Amino acid sequence: MTPVVSVRGLTKSYGDFKALKGVDFEIRAGEVFGLLGPNGAGKTTTIEILEGYRRRDAGEVEVLGADPAAAGLDWRGRIGVVLQSSAMYENLTVAEQLAQFAGYYEHPRPVDDVIELIGLEEKRDTRARRLSGGQRRRLDLGLALIGDPELIFLDEPTTGFDPGARRRAWETIRSLSGLGKTILLTTHYLDEVEQLADRVAVLREGRIVASGTVQELVGGAPATEIRYRRNGEVVVVETDEPTRVLHELTEAAIQRGEELDGLEVRRPSLEEVYLSLTQAEPE
Amino acid sequence: MPPKRPRRQGIACDAAARPCRLCRCGRLLRGAAAKHELESESGDDSRRRSSMRLFRHELRSQMRLYGRSRELAFFTFALPLIMFFLLGSVYGNDRIKSEGNVRGADYLLAGMLGYGAIATGFAGLSIMLVIRRESGILKRVRATPLPAWAYVVALLCTTLIAFSLEAICMIAIGRIFFHTHVHNLFSLALALVLGAAAFTALGLALTVLIKSSEGSSAVVNAIYLPVSFLSGAFFSPHSFPSALKAIANALPLVYMIRLVRDIAIHNQQIWNRPGDVAVIAAWGLAGAIIAARRFRWEPQEG
Repeated sequence: MTPVVSVRGLTKSYGDFKALKGVDFEIRAGEVFGLLGPNGAGKTTTIEILEGYRRRDAGEVEVLGADPAAAGLDWRGRIGVVLQSSAMYENLTVAEQLAQFAGYYEHPRPVDDVIELIGLEEKRDTRARRLSGGQRRRLDLGLALIGDPELIFLDEPTTGFDPGARRRAWETIRSLSGLGKTILLTTHYLDEVEQLADRVAVLREGRIVASGTVQELVGGAPATEIRYRRNGEVVVVETDEPTRVLHELTEAAIQRGEELDGLEVRRPSLEEVYLSLTQAEPE
Repeated sequence: MPPKRPRRQGIACDAAARPCRLCRCGRLLRGAAAKHELESESGDDSRRRSSMRLFRHELRSQMRLYGRSRELAFFTFALPLIMFFLLGSVYGNDRIKSEGNVRGADYLLAGMLGYGAIATGFAGLSIMLVIRRESGILKRVRATPLPAWAYVVALLCTTLIAFSLEAICMIAIGRIFFHTHVHNLFSLALALVLGAAAFTALGLALTVLIKSSEGSSAVVNAIYLPVSFLSGAFFSPHSFPSALKAIANALPLVYMIRLVRDIAIHNQQIWNRPGDVAVIAAWGLAGAIIAARRFRWEPQEG
């Protein structure tokens, strides 16, 4: 199947600063793809090249079968964009705002369907300036969705949210995915990709340093860690055979009649994988 | 006006594929998909129709947005009317000796029409556009299938419609409260549209210089209020020092106000005043060229 997005050897510099140093990835139809990385890794540059806002220096980019740098108005009707900061007319109500943007598309989704999808039924006739940060972000999602696009770009959709607002935004994003939309999501939150993404690419200093499903990323990581305290000192054992090692440790302790203080068995979390990937010394 | 998009570069292209030309949808057509181009045989026509539909939709939306923005409506629409009423009450019945003994109210009406044009077309438009640009609205609109021209033209039409209503109110206030009389309504309408169009073009150009929403009203006020004052919008600049007159004579508003005065008070026609028309048009053209080359849709801050 042809990928919805395909990026090969993408580079981009701002003056002397090389923002992207050869980025490759593909996004398949219907998946939620997470582009994960710390601030300044090149996430927004990448997504804005795919959206057609920025020109690339080199590389091949195809989005929905077209080059975003040369694509026309009909192509724009097939994508939905949520920018990093919310952008809307402050003096329009939720419904008016959606109706205004709906008018730009050939086959928009009905305004009330979208309002339901983003969970703003009670704010239908409230002007944007009176919405909370989380409600504005959901309206942002609604505006990206109103044209019934095939592909939706979400640039850091929950940055700066309180936990409740993030959870509601996640639910909305999941429901978009449930509609069969392909979604490209950038974020620097790990739990966000764990919650939402089918596949992840980790971007560091303009390069993809790892990619795959969340499972694969964690699976390719260092071994299981067993920690306990002995005579006040923390002992850490890393092993690929946690069952056997743990059994030996506990058996020995029982024979000695000791308690293993602070015993912990941990699989490396995505967070640790991510930190080990993004904090490695630059070559 | 839209940022220049490079023509196809480095696109994966097999020999059989060709870009869809009819509707410029950007799709590469191969095999079965090539039917798409054939199916839209009347593509140009339907495209034109849908462009017009988009334009009308956008015009309605922009009119509503203008009406909703109370600050903007007061600042650019109501304030010139209020100023006219106040200044007219002060010296409307006096005769102005230095200006050929015309009645104060007649003289002031022309100045206030010029002030209305610069307030609505130049000040109001540029402040609104900078706020929309910096908040990311323009960038968001660029990601939709709305053509850039439809957005800009709808905005300019909204501005011109607002100014037309303002001019009609102004002329009505003059007639009702100060017994002003204007000659040559047709020529006057042409002169007002010319002036307002020139100031909207300059307003678009001014957005290039303003980098932040916070700075926008400060910069705009610092330009258009002194210009209005120097150009004699509020009272006769006859006694101004020659240095100030020289500055005013380099700016377009003085020519617009003079043109309006010559038509409305001195019974001239716009086509008898090619010099004034040329200066106003030249300023407008300069503004349009700068705007076309340098106008930005994306936030300039951060």
